[in-house]
Amino acid sequence: MAQWNLFDDMEALRREIDRAFEGFGVGEGASHRVAFLPGRGPRRYPMINLLEDKDNLYIEALTPGVDPQSLALSVMQNRVTLSGEKSRTPVEIKAEAFHRNERASGKFVRTIDLPVEVDEGRIQAEYKNGLLKVTLPKADKAKPKQINVKVA
Amino acid sequence: MAEKTVPAQNKTLSNREETRSQERYVTPPVDIYENGDDLVVMADLPGVAKENLDVRVENNLLTIRGKPSHLDAGDPIYREYELVSFFRQFELNEKVDQSKISAELQHGVLTLRLPKAQETKPRKIEVKVA
Repeated sequence: MAQWNLFDDMEALRREIDRAFEGFGVGEGASHRVAFLPGRGPRRYPMINLLEDKDNLYIEALTPGVDPQSLALSVMQNRVTLSGEKSRTPVEIKAEAFHRNERASGKFVRTIDLPVEVDEGRIQAEYKNGLLKVTLPKADKAKPKQINVKVA
Repeated sequence: MAEKTVPAQNKTLSNREETRSQERYVTPPVDIYENGDDLVVMADLPGVAKENLDVRVENNLLTIRGKPSHLDAGDPIYREYELVSFFRQFELNEKVDQSKISAELQHGVLTLRLPKAQETKPRKIEVKVA
């Protein structure tokens, strides 16, 4: 029987907490290191929802004010990369003329890992009212297969 | 620009109507700036169509209310946001010419132009040299 060691347990707990907080705030974590790389930041933008039904996966992303021309979508196996640019205020406004400035702007890149493989050839994307909706048909082998039970 | 994040209760409504209109909402991020004689308000309202947007100015109170429409296919596997209604109110401390307010909604961004009323514009006074 293994002997219980308090310090081993404490070390394990500490590591677990570190892992849980990875990517939050400013720290030594990986997100801190990529903050200076172009197009990559610690904040996830845009926010997405992932949905599925029998045949398709759906990605819905909040992308208000993004120039549709700048939106780009690429798929590699089961990995989707979304990029684009949210434009600034259309006219040059002096900083002192602002009462509030809460809307973020700039370029963004986001990579999303999909739970199943998709058919790259039949992906459709639609941009409407600031929402991006991507329909990704599942690959044939990822679809559920119905098996009939025979009564002997 | 003072902000009122708490929705103003309409006292004339009956109790029943009030419980119906109570719903969860999020406050959309806004930019507010002055551009010449206009006060410009820009708000991010993703998913809100023109028909579901309600913008009004009453007694110097600007109210933006929008109901986004969803993608209704499939079951959620992973969620980062929930599309609930947008609601935000601002108290305008300057007189606004209500007849000349213009609103534009493009790609989920609302742009409101609120022209300042004549009397509040700074008047330049020419100094004559006698």
